[in-house]
Amino acid sequence: MPVISIGNLVKTFGAIRALDGLDLHVEQGEVHGFLGPNGSGKSTTIRILLGLLRRDSGDAQVLGADPWRDAVRLHRRLAYVPGDVSLWPNLTGGEAIDLLGQLRGGLDRRRRDELLHRFDLDPTRRCRTYSKGNRQKVAIVAAFSSPVELYVLDEPTSGLDPLMEAVFQDEVRRVKQAGATVLLSSHVLAEVEALCDRVSIIREGRTVESGTLTELRHLTRTAVTVETARPVSGLDVLPGVHDVHEVDGRTHLEVEPAHLDELLGQLIRFGVRALTSTPPTLEQLFLRHYGDDPAAAATGAPAAAAPGASAAAAASGAPTVSSSDADVQADAPQGGAR
Amino acid sequence: MSALTGTTRLARLVLRRDRIRLAIWILGTPLLGYALAGSVAGIYPDQEARLGYATTSASSLVARAFNGPIHGTDLGAVVVAETYVTLALIVALLSTFAVTRHTRQNEETGRAELLGANVVGRYAPLTAALLVIVVANALAAVLLAVALVGAGLPLAGSVAAAAAIGGVGVAFTAIAAVTAQLSVTSRGANALAAATVGLSFVLRAAGDVLGEQSADGTRVRSAWPSWISPLGWGNQVRAFDGERWWVLALPVALLLAGVALAYALAERRDQGAGLIAPRPGPSTGAPQLLSPSGLAWRMQRGTLLGWAVGVAVLGFSMGIAGDEFNDMIDANPAAAEAINAMGGGADLIKAYLAAMLGLFALTIGAYVVQALLRVRGDEADGVLEAALATAVSRTRWLGTQVLAATLGAVALLLLAGVTTGLGYGIVTGDPLGEAVELGGAALLRLPALLVIAGVVTAIFGLLPRWSVVLSWTTLLVFLLLGQLGAVLELPQAALNVSPYTHVPAVPAADPAALPLVVLAAVAAALLAVGVAGFRHRDVPS
Ligand SMILES: Nc1ncnc2c1ncn2[C@@H]1O[C@H](COP(=O)(O)OP(=O)(O)O)[C@@H](O)[C@H]1O
Ligand SMILES: [Mg+2]
Repeated sequence: MPVISIGNLVKTFGAIRALDGLDLHVEQGEVHGFLGPNGSGKSTTIRILLGLLRRDSGDAQVLGADPWRDAVRLHRRLAYVPGDVSLWPNLTGGEAIDLLGQLRGGLDRRRRDELLHRFDLDPTRRCRTYSKGNRQKVAIVAAFSSPVELYVLDEPTSGLDPLMEAVFQDEVRRVKQAGATVLLSSHVLAEVEALCDRVSIIREGRTVESGTLTELRHLTRTAVTVETARPVSGLDVLPGVHDVHEVDGRTHLEVEPAHLDELLGQLIRFGVRALTSTPPTLEQLFLRHYGDDPAAAATGAPAAAAPGASAAAAASGAPTVSSSDADVQADAPQGGAR
Repeated sequence: MSALTGTTRLARLVLRRDRIRLAIWILGTPLLGYALAGSVAGIYPDQEARLGYATTSASSLVARAFNGPIHGTDLGAVVVAETYVTLALIVALLSTFAVTRHTRQNEETGRAELLGANVVGRYAPLTAALLVIVVANALAAVLLAVALVGAGLPLAGSVAAAAAIGGVGVAFTAIAAVTAQLSVTSRGANALAAATVGLSFVLRAAGDVLGEQSADGTRVRSAWPSWISPLGWGNQVRAFDGERWWVLALPVALLLAGVALAYALAERRDQGAGLIAPRPGPSTGAPQLLSPSGLAWRMQRGTLLGWAVGVAVLGFSMGIAGDEFNDMIDANPAAAEAINAMGGGADLIKAYLAAMLGLFALTIGAYVVQALLRVRGDEADGVLEAALATAVSRTRWLGTQVLAATLGAVALLLLAGVTTGLGYGIVTGDPLGEAVELGGAALLRLPALLVIAGVVTAIFGLLPRWSVVLSWTTLLVFLLLGQLGAVLELPQAALNVSPYTHVPAVPAADPAALPLVVLAAVAAALLAVGVAGFRHRDVPS
């Protein structure tokens, strides 16, 4: 049974249609990446899952229960890190952690102290003196100190430094190992790549893509640059091959992963000297969905051309085949949610 | 780059951010002064009335403590006695909060860092804020002088009185400039400066109480504590009674000293840091904190303590004044009639005490509104979201807040009644008996406060975005109906809107159960509506 199951979810705020038929399925034990541009409805979805907002229509089930009606019972079994953490200004960080933990139904003291240490958080300071990053650490420590079945994390690391990011990733892996499920809304693509078993990408309140990262890559074209002994021809008519053009004697094209084999079969005949294939980076994958043009996203055309790394290989003169792996940038598009 | 580079630009920014506040301040103070002067002139139209007022004021310790020392029988002197403390407190707090807002608060929120990265000298932000606020005080004082002259008072005295008020503003501008350097948080800076205002009030009150009455009985010569209080200086100018202009040099000297000290402190600290390091707190939550009610108590206790001190001091003073009041009604039948209209009863002193308890009930209504609006503040801040994402139901959360506000109101009402009774009983000889009787009488006002709690809860549940505005407006309407309803001869149907109308004016009237039960029922209905609304709406919304 899925831990989170959302179908055709609609939520409006006056004239704004924040969610417009959203679907989301998160299986038991997985870390599920929840991605989408700012304002696409991630926080709204999460708040509905927590019974804070009331849905207009559609289905929503969390741990087999209705999040609105069974909110209190469900909240014992889940922990939440809000996107924009605010705390009681006159409580200390330690008090806030204990309070949140206790209100949730208790926390593991040993874990709490260990996490405080690992996140290098001073629990004796008043919350009003904490920076955004430190407030986020308070919420993260409070959440991971509770042994629950589901962790709902709304852009939990947008204020953390790389060191703390690593600690955070360790924690997510630890709770996953312990059998918990994690819904992780994030803009940090390296984090998504490192942690998530599956991702759902939403846009303007709708799910536009859902699956494992490998599956998502397969929906996206690979960029190929090839240098041949004889001029190539007849590539355009091959199935799944797009955008063929020649620059300085090298042929550039894009191919759907399913048709890579046929393309190679055809290329062999022209005497391949050098070949570079660049699978789409995660960033390109997301940019495609985040981009301004929904039509382009729907047809699957990459928004940005893949950077070729073929020049060096081509210079050697011998036929080489290289495949540069998707290198994900940690500083990829980020942004405050509100 | 000089330490003052960018001051003009920053000053313009302060003006731009505060243009509405400053306008209200600069125009509101003179308008208030004008209105008060007019009404005082109406109440004490002739020499005879003013002689009575001056003699009573000079001999009454309560009047000295709350109104300051009286200086003769000129109409201006009576106006100053009736208005100085109020206006001075307003100006002191306005100046304090304005300084903090444009200095420490900017550092706290990081705005200053943003500005500091531009071409801005080290002293520029502080200088810009002080410049604007001192000029605002000066402008308000000039207009106040014009207003007082316009109200028919002599020129020299009007200028002196207005300058005295302006001087208080300038003095506390200087004090706030220093506290803004000391504390890391704007809340802390404001608290320090407000504590200085409170201390100044106490010193001034002590000096004036300990002072001597002049031979003709119409003047008070304050004792030394008044001289170390910036609030006291204004009185020592003796407006309308042979003005002592040199006293006005004191606030100016304090301003110069304060600015010099603030610069020196600013030089010695980092941006965003303070000289008072924030105290570390407990690293774990005490068991009694870790529940909705524990949290509510923790959030409420500071406010409640402040209210308790204020209510106790006021109650005790009002009680003691009750005896002086006995003398006063003998001298002033008009005042007797006014009191009678407020309380409505045959026995004047009982009417007075009932009127005081009624005023306390109204004031404590403000506590109830303030305490309950905290839930809305939490919602707007986003804390409520975090709390409701835990295993606490909305009903329990809101119910706890209502209960906390109600218990606070019970405590304050009881305290008001008991201290008033103690004060009155000490001078009449039966402190315990009066404390018990008035404590009980005060508690009979509770149902009216429950209705207020119900109104705020209902607004919070149904129209959360309007919580703050609508709640305070409701209380203000109740206040106006209670205070002006009879004077304006409003129809009874209008007066009945206010729950206070229905509370029996014990001890002037007999207690009656029916109105109290009805009020409690109305309160319960409003609370139910509020909780139901809250359970069914979005959070945050
Ligand atoms: N309380 C609200 N009132 C009105 N509009 C809202 C409210 N909350 C969210 N929205 C709107 O709904 C859309 C989705 O917002 P949100 O879920 O916060 O997006 P995300 O978390 O993906 O950045 C945005 O257009 C936002 O402006
Ligand atoms: Mg968001």
